[in-house]
Amino acid sequence: MLGIALLVFREVLEAALIVSIVAAATRGVPRRGLYIGGGIALGAAGAAVVAACAGAIERAAGGAGQELFNAGVLLAAVLMIGWHVVWMSSHGRELARSMQSVGQAVKAGSSSLAMLLAVVALAVLREGSEVVLFLYGMAAGGAGAGDLLAGVPLGLGGGVAVGYALYFGLLRIPLRHFFSATNGLLVLLAAGLASTATRFLVQADWLPALGAQLWNSSALLGNGSVLGQALHILIGYDARPSGIQVVFYLSTVCLLVAGMRYASRRSSATANPSS
Amino acid sequence: MKSLLLPLLLTLAVALPCAASDAMPEYTLVIRNHAYQPATLQVPAGTKFKLLVRNEDSTPSEFESNDFNREQIVLPGSTSTVYVGPLDKGRYAFFDDFHRATGNGVLVAE
Repeated sequence: MLGIALLVFREVLEAALIVSIVAAATRGVPRRGLYIGGGIALGAAGAAVVAACAGAIERAAGGAGQELFNAGVLLAAVLMIGWHVVWMSSHGRELARSMQSVGQAVKAGSSSLAMLLAVVALAVLREGSEVVLFLYGMAAGGAGAGDLLAGVPLGLGGGVAVGYALYFGLLRIPLRHFFSATNGLLVLLAAGLASTATRFLVQADWLPALGAQLWNSSALLGNGSVLGQALHILIGYDARPSGIQVVFYLSTVCLLVAGMRYASRRSSATANPSS
Repeated sequence: MKSLLLPLLLTLAVALPCAASDAMPEYTLVIRNHAYQPATLQVPAGTKFKLLVRNEDSTPSEFESNDFNREQIVLPGSTSTVYVGPLDKGRYAFFDDFHRATGNGVLVAE
């Protein structure tokens, strides 16, 4: 029972952390609950489909299908987060002024909101498909219904609770700094996802590792610990990264920060044409 | 001179691509009754190698390692390929994330 709860908890935690950052980043947006709930539902449905098609995915691309699928999902999320933070930067001034205008601004650019919905859906889809395969195996392997009925809600509840805790913690950030903070978190989240995507591509031998293990900090904080795993999602922490993961991580940070600066400068130039 | 050059080039032309494709060593792990066989696998240090993980159970497994940073779901009756390394000399634990109690093993890189 505990084994089931633990695996479900770890997978749900990863998705829940991403969802809570997205939820905080869309603070004040009308009907965002609908968007986020829709994203979760879409992701859950997708997870069942992915689990059912796992065999076909695996066999695709000469056996590298699973790695390519994971990397593709992760990189799609990186692109969408990137789009959102750059768009947010060009509306930064209105957003900081009042929560009322946040709603107006985000409504005006609802394409960015749809991007974040997709990020939620992709996160739930990736982690959820693993849970579905695991639970299918447990049920087929003769795990008792009692173990499943106790373990799944326990793991699910634990993961969701941590997600909520992060969300309410983020809401305590003063409004003046709020969107810079959530944008910063989104940039680190995207960089971490890009790094994980490259790890899958190295595993499939589609990318060179450029140093299989650049450093080893697992004595300090291991990848397998719950904190290590949470930081892996939030800021892309990896105790034993390969060189190319670090290259992709830093490139993502640089590209997004440059994009945000450019968008913000252009929007302030149009707001005050005389200056 | 010319008579030497042609066989030399021919040998290179045949040998080089073979060397490139055959250079990577291959190792196989079998999952049976939610356990890895062998549980201890000797691999070479300092070179990339190909790990074939075959699942002979009727339920999915997830081959995973925090020590060499890999994760791959292995479906029942299928074989998954995972590229690993180059590793430094040492012991690297791996496990079956879906069967943590029984699915444990270690790569010994020498």
